[in-house]
Parts: sequence; structure tokens; C-alpha cells
Amino acid sequence: MYQSLGRKMVAIAIMSLGVAHAADITGAGASFPYPLYSKWAEVYKQKTGNGLNYQSIGSGGGIKQIQAKTVDFGASDAPMKPEELSKHGLQQFPTVMGGVVPVYNLPGVAAGQVKLTPAVLADIYLGKIKSWNDPAIAALNKGVTLPALAINIVRRADGSGTTFIFTNYLSKVSPEWKSKVGEGTAVAWPAGIGGKGNEGVAAYVQRLKGAIGYVEYAYAKKNKLSHVALQNKDGAYVHPSEESFKAAAAYADWKNAPGFYEILTNEPGKNSWPIVGATFVLMHKKQDKVANAQEVLKFFDWAYSAEADKMALDLDYIPMPDEVVAQIKASWKQMTDTAGTIVLK
Amino acid sequence: MPEKARPPRFQLADAVFFNLTRGAAFLVLALLTGIILSLVHGSWDSITHFGYKFIFSSSWDPVAEEFGAWRPIQGTLITSFIALLIAVPVSFGIALFLTELAPAWLRRPLGIAIELLAGIPSIIYGIWGLFVVAPILMDGLPIKLGENVLFTIPPIQPWLTEATSGIPLIGKLFDGPPFGIGMFTAGLILAIMIIPYIASVMRDVFEIVPAMLKESAYGLGATTWEVVWNVVLPYTRSGVIGGIMLGLGRALGETMAVTFVIGNSYDAIESLFHPGNSIASILANEFAEASAALHYGALIEMGLILFLITFVVLSCSKLLLLRLQKGDGSHS
Repeated sequence: MYQSLGRKMVAIAIMSLGVAHAADITGAGASFPYPLYSKWAEVYKQKTGNGLNYQSIGSGGGIKQIQAKTVDFGASDAPMKPEELSKHGLQQFPTVMGGVVPVYNLPGVAAGQVKLTPAVLADIYLGKIKSWNDPAIAALNKGVTLPALAINIVRRADGSGTTFIFTNYLSKVSPEWKSKVGEGTAVAWPAGIGGKGNEGVAAYVQRLKGAIGYVEYAYAKKNKLSHVALQNKDGAYVHPSEESFKAAAAYADWKNAPGFYEILTNEPGKNSWPIVGATFVLMHKKQDKVANAQEVLKFFDWAYSAEADKMALDLDYIPMPDEVVAQIKASWKQMTDTAGTIVLK
Repeated sequence: MPEKARPPRFQLADAVFFNLTRGAAFLVLALLTGIILSLVHGSWDSITHFGYKFIFSSSWDPVAEEFGAWRPIQGTLITSFIALLIAVPVSFGIALFLTELAPAWLRRPLGIAIELLAGIPSIIYGIWGLFVVAPILMDGLPIKLGENVLFTIPPIQPWLTEATSGIPLIGKLFDGPPFGIGMFTAGLILAIMIIPYIASVMRDVFEIVPAMLKESAYGLGATTWEVVWNVVLPYTRSGVIGGIMLGLGRALGETMAVTFVIGNSYDAIESLFHPGNSIASILANEFAEASAALHYGALIEMGLILFLITFVVLSCSKLLLLRLQKGDGSHS
């Protein structure tokens, strides 16, 4: 009885070895693209038999793991600066984009009714505008009755790429924000309470009357949160949507961005949503494990296909424009093995 | 020990067994030392950069890389203190009822129900705290039977704010925006989480009080309260303190439930209703995305500080127990 159990276990162990032998690639990092990467991995496995094991441990963790070479690729929501990249011998490329949306909870005020300018949004988050019927907000919203509620500021408690994109935007539009707070995956917030994760912020905004928060577009949509109509660089008030994110992405100057260091906030264009960001994949420029690197590139090559783009759109991510994809694929030719041979087949 | 009388193969088995158990015991020590060493090693950047000022600085600015542990230390201690303030009297009541007052048929099911509370995962407490308790604290809750409102739980936070306003010190404690989340809610949830631990330890030690002692007191005409206060409690003092310390140890390190309801803010704590943070909640929030060496080091140093706080608390309770045992020679 015990012997047969032992044999079974050995058999299982051998079988699992066999499974692990199929070219599984590993990645770790940002949580924002996790739902998409796992969806892609599932479909890709069905098509090719090659799996992707992606662990959503956060951008900071992803950068650490790729530096330590414990994974085949790292993922980060905030791009690494070109000098940082060359210091660690890494290269990066964007995979998909997403929009960050300010949302509010005001009883009796419908979604998209509240208009805000970048300066007023920054002043709210600086704690300078404390009430919804403040003259600064009322002046922008003639015809909308705003309640005399205190503004409950909600932001992320955990470090996150969403916060990086949002604070990057506030730094671009408000000199005071830039000097007092700055940008980062976590910052010293002047005011407000912190929710853990997009879902935490969404929950607080739903719960607290008079709350304003910021979440990834998908969470705003899923939780039916009321979004702000935000004034963009050209002075037009825009609503968050696939089209307005794409409009912003079209203005991004990827060609002149060394190492694809480009943050798509405050882009010009009449229809552009001003808070958009891409998520990035990090790989070593010199590869010890050539076969794995080839598999990773094959996977992302497929991830830029029309089929994969559709899955991204279904999950409210914005695929990269074709001309950017061409640049990304060209950049893959910089990746070599230790002898200097180009990895890409 | 009559060792010579034993056959040699038993002696070998004894030696092997002795060394195995000794190895297991020393493994704990080795692990403990290993954890302390790796915490110190991991936080070395932060320790050398900030020095002792780290503990008393209340800034936390990941952009400018200015870190200090004072606010989270405060938050950890305040929430744990609130938890004890609520949990200890309630647990005492539970234990007293179960051992002295409850009819025999009720004791077992009630006791099991309380122990079941201890088995609920902490994240469930967190979600329950955020979505059920916090709205009740903020807005109250009408209890309905069909269409009729039976009675209404009052909105506790605004009520407390109003009732205490104007009273010096206490009014300040309960002042502030009634978010429903903050230090007070975190303390309340922690109290519910540690009640099963404290209550079951108290019940167990109350039960071992020799019946003779209690009967003698009753025989002298003492009331139930006098028996509990003058006989049961003094007899079980060390066990009761041990139970409270067990609860405190849990409250200090509790992470997920606190992260959900504490509000996660580094602002100065102005009242109990103010959002704050604790060491454990900061670690849960920021560890994954801390990429700068100093930020990472500061977080690990927070872990080290939490370790030290827990260590000091447990050592103090051990010392207290030793002194008590010397004093009255009681054993439980």
C-alpha cells in the first residue's frame, strides 16, 4: 500500500519535471498589467504549448528580480530612466497603455458632470480647496448644484504605478505640487486617506460622501464610479474613454525618447485625455539564457498581434500604436548573448 | 535514573532522541538569531543614514527619501491599547460567565463559538470592518424586520463627537471627521480579533481554581463577585496576565485587518477618529513597490522596531509574572 503510494508520488514527480521542461518563461513585477498578462499567457499556452509564469509582486519587486536575474523579464509601471537602464545593463519597452481617472462621490451629481482644471485638481490634492462648493470649483461648473460637502481626498496607500502616473501629471501641471510633493510610486501626500490598491481607493470613494480619488480606468468602469471631466492641455474638457486615451497616445514622441522613457501625461490634442501611462517590460541587454530570452521576445511579438490587441481592449487596456511597435521590435535587435550574437531570430 | 539497568540499544535510542529534541529546541534559537541578523543587515542603509533619529522623526517622504518611524510606532501602540481597553473587560466577562454563571448546557457551545472566532482569517475581519462596521460607525444602521424598523443603531462616531465636545481632553479624543475608518475602528476590530485568545486563556485558568477554595469562600458567605474578585482572580493572576499579553502580542503585529480600516495616513494624529497607520500596515502597503535602497532599508528597520517592541512587551510580561510568582507562590 505504502509502496504503491510511493511509486505514484515518484511518477507524479517525474511527470511534473516533464511539464517544467516545456519552455516556460518567468516574469515578475507590476500589478497593473497582471490581468492582461495572465489572459495572454493562457491563450498563448493553448496556441503554442509554451507557458508564462507571471507574478504580480509590484514594480519595485519586478525591478529587483530582473536585476538579480531570478526571472526572464521584469515589469514596471514607471519607466526606468535611460541612465538607470545602462547602469544595470537593462533595456525596456512599453507593452500596453492605460488611463488614470479622477472619480468622485457626490449625491445628486451625475457622472462626468463635474468639470475640473488641472490647477484645481492639484489644489484639491494639495489640501488647499477643502469644500465642493468652493468658488474655484463652482466657477468651472455653472449650472451644476454642488453640495456643501467637505472634500474627502482618497489616494493610494501602497506604492503603485498608478500613483506614479497621477503624481507625474500633477507635477507637470502644478509648479507648487512639483516643489512640495513631486512624483513617485509613493509620495508624501499633503492630505487625505489611503486605500490599498485600486480596489481599496474605489471602495473608499464609494463609501465616503464627498470623496475624490483616482483609479485605473478599468476600476472606474467596473465599479461605476463617477468620473471627472478634465481639462486637457488644449483647454478642452474631455471624458475618459478608449478614444481619448488613444488620442493622447498618438501625440507621444516615442521616437525621440531614449530607452522608451516616455510618460504620456498632459499630452496636447483637443481630444486627448491628460492622464495616460504605459506599462513596461525590462530585460537584460546581455543574455546568459538565450533560449529563454528568445521565448520572451516571441511571446511579446505575439502580444503585439491583432488577436492579442483585442484581448487588451476587452480588458480596457490600450494597445501600442503600430509605428511604436515597429520601433520596439527594432530595439530588440540590441539584445545579444554573452558572445555578442543577436538573440532575436 | 537507573540507566545501567537498561539494554544498550535503548541507550543509543535515548541519545538519538535527546539530540533530536535538543536540535529542535536550538533550531528555534538559531531561527530567532537569523531573523534579527537579517533584519539588521537589511536595514543597515537606513540605520547608518538616519541613526537613532529614525525612531522620533515623523516625516515619511519617499520622493525626498526622508523616513521616520514615529507616526507608525504611535499608531501601532494606540490601536493596540484601544484593543486591550475593550477586549480585556469583555473577555473577563465572557470567562466569568462561562465558568461561574452559565448553566452547564450552555458552556460548551458558547466556549466553542468563541474559539471559532479565533479561526476566522484576519482579512475577513478587514473586509467586514471596512464594509460593515465602518458604515455603521459613520451612519448608524436601522434593524428591519420585513418593512418595520425594529430599532436603529445610532451613528456612533458623530454621536460620540457631539456628546464629548466641550469636555477637555476627552472631547479632543473623539473629535474629527466621522469617516468610519481610522485609529478607533482599527482598535475596535483588533479588540474583536483578540477577545477569543484572551477569553479562552482566562476561562481555562479560571477552571483550574480548586473547587475547595471557592466552596470555602462561598461557605463563609461570600457573593459570586467576591469569590471571583478575592479568590479566583488572585489565584489565576499570572495566567490572566499571560492571556492578555498573548492578545497584545497579536494586536501589535496584526496586518491585514488593520490595513483595511486604519485609513493609511501619515498625518499627525489629532484624534482617535483620525486616519493613521501602524508599522504592520505600512509594511503591507509599501514593501512591494519600494525600489530605492533607503526606502527599502527604512521599511526593514520598521520591521526590526516592531520585533523589538513585541520582544520588550513579552519580556516585561515575563518579568511581571516572575515577580508575581515569587510574591505569592501561586502556580497556574
